[in-house]
Parts: sequence; C-alpha cells; structure tokens
Amino acid sequence: MAKKTIKINFDTGWDLAPAVESTSHIQLNEQYDLFIGGKWIKPSSGKYFATINPADETKLAMIAEANSKDVDKAVKAARKAYNTVWSKIPAKERGKYIYRIARLIQEKAREFAVIESLDGGKPIRESRDVDIPLAAAHFFYYAGWADKLDYAFPNRKPQSLGVAGQITPWNFPLLMAAWKIAPALATGNTVVLKPAETTSLTALKLAEVIQEAGLPDGVVNIVTGAGETGAAIVNHNDVNKIAFTGSTGVGKIIQNAIAGTHKKATLELGGKAANIIFEDATLDQAVEGIINGIYFNQGHVCCAGSRLFVQESVYDVVLRKLKDRMESLVVGNPLDKNTDIGAINSKEQLQVINKYLKIGEKEGAKMYQSNCSIPKKGYWCKPTLFTNVSQSNRIVQEEIFGPVLAIQTFRTVAEVVEKANNTPYGLSAGVWTDKGSKLFNMTSQLRAGIIWGNTFNKFDPTSPFGGYKESGFGREGGLHGLKPYLKF
Amino acid sequence: MARVEVLKTYKIYIGGKFPRTESGRFYSPKIGGKSLGNICLSSRKDFKNAVVAARSAFGSWSNATAYNRTQVLYRIAEMLEGRKAQFIEEIILQGSSKSEANKEVEASIDRIIYYAGWCDKYGQLFSSVNPVASSHFNFTVPEPTGVVSIFAPEENSLVGLVSTIIPVIASGNTCVVLASEKMPLCAITFAEVINSSDVPSGVVNILTGKRSELLENMASHMDVNAFLYTGKNKKEMLSVEKLAVDNLKRVRLKNLTNVYSPDHETPYYIEDFLEMKTTWHPIEKIGAEGSGY
Amino acid sequence: MLPFYLYLTSVRIFMIKVKQKLDFSASPKVDQVGIGDRIDRIIARSIKNKTKIQGLKMALNMVDLTTLEGADTDKKVIQLCNKAIHLHDGHPNLPTVAAVCVYPNFVKMAKACLLGSGINVASVATAFPSGQSSLKIKLLDTKIAVDAGAEEVDMVISRGKFHEGNYTFVFDEIAAIKEACGSSRLKVILETGELGTFDKVRRASDIAIEAGADFIKTSTGKISPAATLPVTLVMLEAIKDHYYKTGIQVGMKPAGGISNAKLALQYLMLVKETLGRDWLTNKWFRFGASSLANDLLMQIMKQETGIYQSKDYFSKD
Repeated sequence: MAKKTIKINFDTGWDLAPAVESTSHIQLNEQYDLFIGGKWIKPSSGKYFATINPADETKLAMIAEANSKDVDKAVKAARKAYNTVWSKIPAKERGKYIYRIARLIQEKAREFAVIESLDGGKPIRESRDVDIPLAAAHFFYYAGWADKLDYAFPNRKPQSLGVAGQITPWNFPLLMAAWKIAPALATGNTVVLKPAETTSLTALKLAEVIQEAGLPDGVVNIVTGAGETGAAIVNHNDVNKIAFTGSTGVGKIIQNAIAGTHKKATLELGGKAANIIFEDATLDQAVEGIINGIYFNQGHVCCAGSRLFVQESVYDVVLRKLKDRMESLVVGNPLDKNTDIGAINSKEQLQVINKYLKIGEKEGAKMYQSNCSIPKKGYWCKPTLFTNVSQSNRIVQEEIFGPVLAIQTFRTVAEVVEKANNTPYGLSAGVWTDKGSKLFNMTSQLRAGIIWGNTFNKFDPTSPFGGYKESGFGREGGLHGLKPYLKF
Repeated sequence: MARVEVLKTYKIYIGGKFPRTESGRFYSPKIGGKSLGNICLSSRKDFKNAVVAARSAFGSWSNATAYNRTQVLYRIAEMLEGRKAQFIEEIILQGSSKSEANKEVEASIDRIIYYAGWCDKYGQLFSSVNPVASSHFNFTVPEPTGVVSIFAPEENSLVGLVSTIIPVIASGNTCVVLASEKMPLCAITFAEVINSSDVPSGVVNILTGKRSELLENMASHMDVNAFLYTGKNKKEMLSVEKLAVDNLKRVRLKNLTNVYSPDHETPYYIEDFLEMKTTWHPIEKIGAEGSGY
Repeated sequence: MLPFYLYLTSVRIFMIKVKQKLDFSASPKVDQVGIGDRIDRIIARSIKNKTKIQGLKMALNMVDLTTLEGADTDKKVIQLCNKAIHLHDGHPNLPTVAAVCVYPNFVKMAKACLLGSGINVASVATAFPSGQSSLKIKLLDTKIAVDAGAEEVDMVISRGKFHEGNYTFVFDEIAAIKEACGSSRLKVILETGELGTFDKVRRASDIAIEAGADFIKTSTGKISPAATLPVTLVMLEAIKDHYYKTGIQVGMKPAGGISNAKLALQYLMLVKETLGRDWLTNKWFRFGASSLANDLLMQIMKQETGIYQSKDYFSKD
C-alpha cells in the first residue's frame, strides 16, 4: 500500500494584499553634496554618482563622490572642530548634543525607515522595527556615557584620540553609522564618516539631523564615495583612529595600510557563523531562530547563522519544519509591511550570491528554494538552503552574504564544536538546547565574539559586538565599545 | 689538580622538552668580550614545532580553572625563589652588578606573584552583565586570544622576560617566546623553572636565536593569534604589523625599558590578550500576572 | 486461532506500544521567548483590503457563539440562537456562525431553535468548568448532552491530575468521554491558564490529541489568562506534529478573551502560516467567543461601506 505523503498546504487562497508603506512624507533631494565643516560642499571633482532602489532599479538621488582632496578638507574640519570646540566643551554638554541626535532620529523614525528600505532594499518591517529604533537607542545609550567615562575606566584618566575615520557597510546603513558615531562623540572624538556607496542616503539624512541638533561645525563630517574615498580616509596622516565594518578582505587592506602609523583600529569583518541545533532543543523555536539567523536582512548580515548544524536524530524533522516555515516567508517589495525578505542590495551582490548558488550545485550540494514568487524587476533571491554539504564545500567556508543556508549534520558535542570552530572567522554562533549545562559548555567552547543561546541575531546598544580571529577586533556596543575610542 | 667544572649545554624549550635546535646551529653571544656559551640558533622549524606545542596546550590551559592558574603561577614564583642564586649568577655573567642582579631576580619573583593574584580576578574586572532591552540575559566575559608570539625585551633578560610571559599566560593563552638575543642565559634557566613548576607542557615555549631570522615566521604563522613585540626598532615593528595582517593577529607593541616601574604591573597587560565574548539567552517571563503566557 | 503464548506476546507488545505512547513527559519543550518572537512576526502582518474582508468573513464563520453563565435561562439561550440565525439581516451574503455553545441542559432548546439553520449545537460537559467530579458523573453529563442532540461536546481535562503527573488518568478520561460522544465531535479544553508553562500546554495537547480529541481548546473562559496567541501557537504545533506523524487532522479552538476582529485576524494568520489551507475552515478551527461576532460584523460593514460603525446598529443578541 502506497503511503500517502503528508504535507501541509500553504497555498491557502487567503493571500496577503499589498500593504505598502507610503513614501509621501519623505524628503529626498535630487542631489547630495558632501557634509564638511557643518556645510554642504560640492565635491572638488564635480562628480556625482546615482544611488538606486534595488527593488525596481530606479534612481533615487545623485551622490557626491569625494576624492582625497575632499577627504582632506573633511579631516581638517574635524581636526579644527576637535581642537577648538569638541575637546574643550564640558562632557555633559557633549552628551546633551548626542541625546538630541537620538531624539531627532526617533522623531523622524518613519522617514528614516522608508528611505533605508528604498535605498538598501531591506523590508520596511526591519528598518521600522530594528534598524532605526536601534540606531536611536545607540545614540541614547552612548550620550549618557559622555560624562561618566571616569567610572568606566577608574584611575586611568581616559582621553579622546582626536579624529576618527569611519567606514560603514551597506547592510545596516544608519545603524552602522550610529554604532560608529555615537561612541566616538561620547568619548570626545570628532568624526569623518564614509557610508557605503550603494546606501549613502540615511547617513546624509543623519547629517541633516546633526545640523538640526546644532552640533558644532565639523564635529561630524560625512563624505560619500566608494573604495577610493575610504582609502583616502584610511591613509590620511591626521586621522587617529580607523573604525571599519565590512569584508575581511578590505579589513586586511586597511590593517596593512595603517601598519606602523600608530592609528588605532576597530575592525568588524566577515563571518560564517555556526548555528547548532541539538536534539533536545525547543525545535519549533530553533526553526524560528534559523529563519532569523539566515534570512534576516536578506542574509546581508556579517553574523548570519549561515552554517546550520543539526544533530542527526532530529535532522529530518528540523528540515521539514524549516521548509514549512520558509513557505510563509514573503519575498518582494521592501516597502510592503508584509515583506519578510526584501531586495538584494545591489546587482553586484546578486551576482555574488548567484555565483555561490552555482558553485554549490556544481560541488554536488542539493539546493532547495521556497515556492514564493518574486518581482520581475529589481534584484531578488528566494530563501535558499543547501543540503548534502560538508565543511569542504565552498558554500560552507566562504561568506555569501545572502539568504543562503548550508546545512550539515553532526552526532556528538565534540564533533560539532570542532566543525563549528573549523573556520578562519569567529564572529558569532548559535546554540539550541534545553539543557543548561550543555549550553554553557558550548558557549565556552565556541570561538566567537557573540554567542546566541536559544536565540539568534539579537542586538542591543548595551551589548558588546565584535569578533575573534579573522572576524576582526575591538568591540562596538556596551561599556567595551568605549575603549577603542580612548587612550589612557 | 683542581676539579674540572662541568659546563652547561644550553638548550631551547618546546612542548615541555629541552631539545637542541633541529638546525644544529649555535651562536656565542659575548658580554665584555667574554662568551656566554654556545646558544641555540633556533630555526623556523623549531618555531613551527613550538607553535604546534602551544596550540595543543591551549585547550587545556585555557580551560583550567582560574584558581588553578593562580596556583600554577604562584608555583613558578616559588621555584624561582628557590633558584635565586643561579639567576643572580647568570645576570652577573651577563654584565650586571651583584646588587642589580639581586634586584632583578627579586622584582621578577614579585612580579610573578603580582600576576598570579590576577588570574582569578581580572575576569570580574573586565566582564559585564549588559542590561539589554529585551527578555534576555546578556553577559560579556573575557577569553584568552590563543597562541601568542613574544619578542622578549633585549635588556633585563629575566624581569623583562617575566613581564611579557606571565601576563600572557595568566588568562590561559599559550606562547612561544624568543629570548633576548644578547643575554639569553636567564631565559633558558627560566624554562627549567617553568618545567618544574606545574605549568603544563607547551604553555610556555622558549627559543633562543635571532630576531632577524625568526621575525617573519613568528609574525606570519597562521596558527598564531597574537604578537607581543617589545623594543623600539621601527623597522621590526612595521614588519610585524604588516606580516600579522594575513590572519589579523592582534599586535601589541610595548616598550619595557623602564621595566621596574609599577606601570608594568597592571591587569591591562592581561587584557591585551583577551577577546570579549558576549552571550545571550532568553529569560522566560511567566508568573507575573499572566504576562507573556 | 493464535496459540495462547503468541496471543500473550502480542498483548504485551500492544501494552508496550500504549505505554510508549503515554510517555508524555517526553513531549517537546517550548521556549517562551522564542514563541514570543514568532508571534511578533504574526502581529506585524498587515491585513488589508480583500485579505481583510475575506478574513473577517472566514472568522465569522468560525465563531462558536457562546453563553456559559450560571444565570443562563431558556429565554437567554433562545435569544442567542436567534442572534446566530439572524446575524445582521440588513446585510445579505453573510456566513453564519459555526455553532452555539451552551450548558447541557439547554441543548434541547437550542437544537429546536436552530433546526434547519445549519448551525451546530455544542455543549460543554464533564463538570464544566472545573472538571472536579467523578468519571461517572462526567460520562453522564456527556451522555445528557449527546442524547439531547449536541453535535459537539466541549469537555475539560482534569487539571489537578495533570499537575500530579497522572497523565494516564487524564488520557483515559479523555478516551472514555470520546467514546461516550459517539458521532459527536469532542473538543478538549486544556484550561491553559491553569497549566502554568508552555511545556505543560504542549504536554496536555499531546495527551488530548493522542486520546482522541477532535479539537483541542485553550480555555473555559472562566480563568485568566484565557486564549492567547502564544498558547495557541504551541497547540497548533502539537496538532501539526501529530498530523505529520499520523495524517490525522485535529482542530483548534482558542476561547475566551478574543473580543475584537483584529485579534481574530491575527489568529487566522497564525493558522495560515502554521497549518495552512486545510485548517482555515470551521471544520478545523473555531473561536469560542460571545462578543466577537458583532465586532466582526462591524468590521465587515466598515470594509464594505468605508464608514466606521457604531455598536448601536448591531443587535446584541
């Protein structure tokens, strides 16, 4: 007798009607200049580049391209602001400025969220509920530290460094700007920040907020551009500190460039996190954790749980639950409030992801994608998982930075610890078990800077973030996030 | 006829054993025209072997209890105290006065005691419980970085050596140390102290030889996680920093010239070779007036 | 004819199987914060336009219109039945509610009122709501309801025995009531508000499902908290796991505290994303509620006319 295949039918006939967030209340200029010394300045080259909406490939605005001359102007403005104002005003007043920024972001939260989703492709649910509130919270948290540094570092007389050069990635544009700027200002440094070239808009809107907050001219300078602009910041003689979030490859170039210069550095780089599911885990919540781990922000997350390890005895059931859960993920218009997975950030990134999908299949891995529909225009990738893989597969070793999960099985604790640590990266890891003693064993054995026990991809301004090994060094967030901006 | 003195063969220290260098080479540093002996000129292969030993020791040493590490470090001090005379003799041989030598040995012992006390305390100093705005328990604790390459100071061959090795291993790191090139005697004898004081094999590995020969490997080895450089040679420092990039070694540059200064007794030297690990775990919220249920 | 010793062996194997089945302490564990994360995603769903109107009508069709008061009278029950039949006569093409839910002594009356309407009569039974009585009484209670014509029986589990860890008792009791129900469908009320943790909700769900429940139901409505989205999710997952194991569908009924349309739609979204199409029907999903129906009606009218509504225009019962 043939066994009836039991399957849940997710084609319910009760489909979600579009629920698109309005764009009517946002204000975008046609063209953005460089924010230097408190003023908007044209790039000396006169060059601008387009920033586009990855969901429909339309142009949103033109962005100035800063060259080394412009960067020099920005650094000079930052130095002047540091020498004449920012290092002189009382710490309490410094803090009050930062509080103002936090409040203004909260007031304009919806505008920031919509622009973030337009420019970067992330679902409005995430920009509205995660990116923007966390960015504001970050400023709020560090604002309070400004006049309390002596308590963070007792008897050490903490002093600011000077000018901080900061380079942020395209996956969390405003949030990463907040992670960089807030602690730098709180510790008394001035800033030259370069946002990623595909997602400059919210950093430029932040510049407007900074103007509105009345920060002294030159305390924060925002220069836009691509890699060369970043290199100009890194190589500038009068920059005391480099903070970079991005790929491990670029991180190494930076580290090499600043060797011998005594510039302090914080590097938040790539990752290939293990997410480990034991047979005694709360499996349904673990599945939700897998989803949050890899499909959050289209998988454009350095700490994404991209290597899933499932204990063999529950492999079938976890895979079944995971596939079922994937069926209700909505891929599409980032501005639709029901979208779970938005647009891939750029054409280039989509090409990278597609390249890895091909590599995966070519190496013999089995690919599965959910049955969702995707829009015709724009850059999209269905939530994807690979089975039949091992540590030797490239899709297991290399950071894909997309919604692509590689699933392996394991039998014992010792085996999974070894496999989880078998990577040059060490940013994050997840462990799922209902047994406390096992959990604590795992959290101490895993060589990574952030360990999520029975949860994944949680962030908070009070929680230090940063990696082991090639995932970088220095911490952002929490008390530990102050130190990289201070000397003693 | 007077008794013929038995001369000591100086060896290096790898994985709890005292081999001669595999290269068979030696050099003879001279102080005031007088040779200190035939000292091993360690090769890249010796270094490679030392890293293997250090890596395999890392697991158990970093997992030892803090209390245990405190005791082990304290034991080093005890053993050093017992062999004070020998060290004084060697330091004099290396060109110091008797009172200087005495001061250096005593300072070394005291410095070890100082750091021994930190093993089970720095964790409380550098860790935190972070009040996140969600239903999670979130805490940050320090963990050792891993295997550390060390260039020990050229001067103050004992107290300088101690000031680099001890804070590094206090937190559970393991290390491979290149001793002072011109004054290597104490380093070798210190290895004997380490070997007889409950320090697990491979936690401390001591090589003698030339910085110029070993710098490249010590800074570039992909299984070394950090580099502690002492000295002032800009060219060396630049090379170390550049070579360290490939696996993003944590590089610490230190100037230990004023080595007796209390500034060098600080938990922040331990912190230099720590990684901060932040752990999240949900907190169930059931019980208060039906909340969350 | 089996030789006697083989017969004994097969009996023993059967017993072992039953015992394995009864190892409910091995029920899957549930993490409350993780459940909350999942529910946050459900609540964030924006249900608009035709999705909303479709959902509202679906929800209306799933309501068990309920009165379970000590003060219930024949006349009160008649009024409720009239409301069930005439939900909002000014508006054609409305679905009916699924059932009217009453105490056993009103079943006959309700049955007569609802004759030919297609609306079922559900009766609570088994010493509702506390369940503190003997099996004998509980069986009789059930029999009275079924004999009077109740198509559906809503029983309560013995929470005291459950807390004592006497899962076999709880299981056997449900199985006995199921048998007494005959062709009437059995809804098993776990009274989740008295169970205390999600782990126990899951365990009680597994017991009820294995013992033969046609539906599992959160609450009597007499205890707070009653139905919540998280508790419902835990129960839906139990239903799903059982479905995958056996291919047998079990229904779900959150009851108590679901008084507005928005919340009802969130429940339906939870069902849609957990159990899919086959459960989005009143055969397998119900709301136990008294005031929900009118709010659904008001929202349907709002959707269709574009005008916000007032309670004054919707009959109470």
